[in-house]
Amino acid sequence: MNIVDRIWKSSLGKKYLMGLTGAALVVFLIGHLAGNLQVFGPPELINGYAYFLKSKPGLLWGARLGLLACVGLHIVSAITLAQLNSAARPQAYATNGAHGASTASKYMLPMGSIIAAFIVYHLAHFTAALPAVNGVGDFTKLTTTLHGETVPDVYAMMVLGLQVPWVCLIYLVAQGLLFMHLGHGLSSMFQSLGFRDHVWWPRIRLFAQVTSIALLVGYSVIPIAIYLRVVGNDYVEKKKYALKAATKKPAPAFVTVPGKEAK
Amino acid sequence: MKVTLKVWRQKNRSTPGAFKTHETPELNVNMSFLEMLDVVNEQLANRGEEPIAFDHDCREGICGTCSLVIDGKPHGPHKGITTCQTYMRTFNDGDEIVIEPFRAKAFPLIKDLVVDRKAFDRIQHAGGYITVRTGAAPDANSVPVPKQTADFAMDAAQCIGCGACVAACKNASAMLFVAAKISHLGLMPQGQPERYRRAKGMVDQMDKEGFGACTVTGSCEAVCPKEISLDFIARMNRDYGVALLKGDAKAVKSGGAG
Repeated sequence: MNIVDRIWKSSLGKKYLMGLTGAALVVFLIGHLAGNLQVFGPPELINGYAYFLKSKPGLLWGARLGLLACVGLHIVSAITLAQLNSAARPQAYATNGAHGASTASKYMLPMGSIIAAFIVYHLAHFTAALPAVNGVGDFTKLTTTLHGETVPDVYAMMVLGLQVPWVCLIYLVAQGLLFMHLGHGLSSMFQSLGFRDHVWWPRIRLFAQVTSIALLVGYSVIPIAIYLRVVGNDYVEKKKYALKAATKKPAPAFVTVPGKEAK
Repeated sequence: MKVTLKVWRQKNRSTPGAFKTHETPELNVNMSFLEMLDVVNEQLANRGEEPIAFDHDCREGICGTCSLVIDGKPHGPHKGITTCQTYMRTFNDGDEIVIEPFRAKAFPLIKDLVVDRKAFDRIQHAGGYITVRTGAAPDANSVPVPKQTADFAMDAAQCIGCGACVAACKNASAMLFVAAKISHLGLMPQGQPERYRRAKGMVDQMDKEGFGACTVTGSCEAVCPKEISLDFIARMNRDYGVALLKGDAKAVKSGGAG
């Protein structure tokens, strides 16, 4: 029996997979947040960052496939564990069971399922930029000039995309669920991987709380600031009309705001 | 005082069960929960009805035989106490008390409130032992054990194997029981030779018995009559992880001396 088989066939082995893939995804969430918070800077900052990522296709696709594998493993392990768990109690109690269990710990799978659906939406919304799901128009037509080159205008895409009320709401609901999912998952991954004793448990709990709150605040402040027109409203005002015009006519006719994006 | 009992009655595994309501006669408030059931059973027997089957033995809270899920919590409303140490003064006159058996696939029902917990014995057989020489008792303190280690091992060894952890867990997981048994031996110097084989053997047997996995809800710790800590589950996860990486020991071709 090889090690992959041993891990996959054991309940604890699957918990290790849940913990390890969860840890990798949290590390990604922190990095992704750091990238996204650049939206509070000038448009060139995040556009330059996006251009930098796009200019390293090997790195970008390596990271994307790695993340996809982590998400996939996390989901498949969760589903197989849930099947094992529900099979372990064929007859339910008539009274409320799970005494002493926190709310988040009881609903990890439903919360995770909604977060997975959000990931699909988020990828369709900004990564694949499908016009059908954003309620604005064709994001791929948004371009700007950076260091003399024409690059995708990620700044305008984020601002225009998150100014839509229902889109903003989807993002905020997803962040709330992610916060609850991490509130339980982040400390539990240490438990599953065996990094816990009576000395370290309070510290792990504190770390988990601080990290999940920081991620909630960081990720929520972006859609809120954009929706309240605090960020980038002047910048996208003209692009918005251009985008509407562009979606009607086949020829793209973007109006670039002079002096704002080019240096 | 008098209470109304809503009890799970089931003749045997192949007959479907249902809740049945029993009115108790006048009770002494200082009766234990099991003594209350004795009184109810006496009344049922006198009427020619089938008494309620339930598990009990020492009635001192140390043997792990009594079970029962009382109003949704294994071993009743108190913390760190078994059913036999729960007294009727905990309840109010006229209360309706719902009594269910421990529910888990690995604990098949035998009758009424009695379930078969032999799965725990089989897990113990898979590694819950140490190797010692036979003969006269070894000299006391011949193996030095730090006080803190002895205390931790004792915390784990408090487990009476009642199965409340399984009954409370939303996944019917036996992790707390298995972790306590692996830890109380694995912490001591005498338990080192089989440490990783023990973790592997007992966890694999636990999986085979059909218990669920751990979601770290903390229900087991909350209902454990001996208040065994979740820390031991982390310790088991550690030991099992090492055992998985090591794999099964292979015999050396020219070996045999060891």
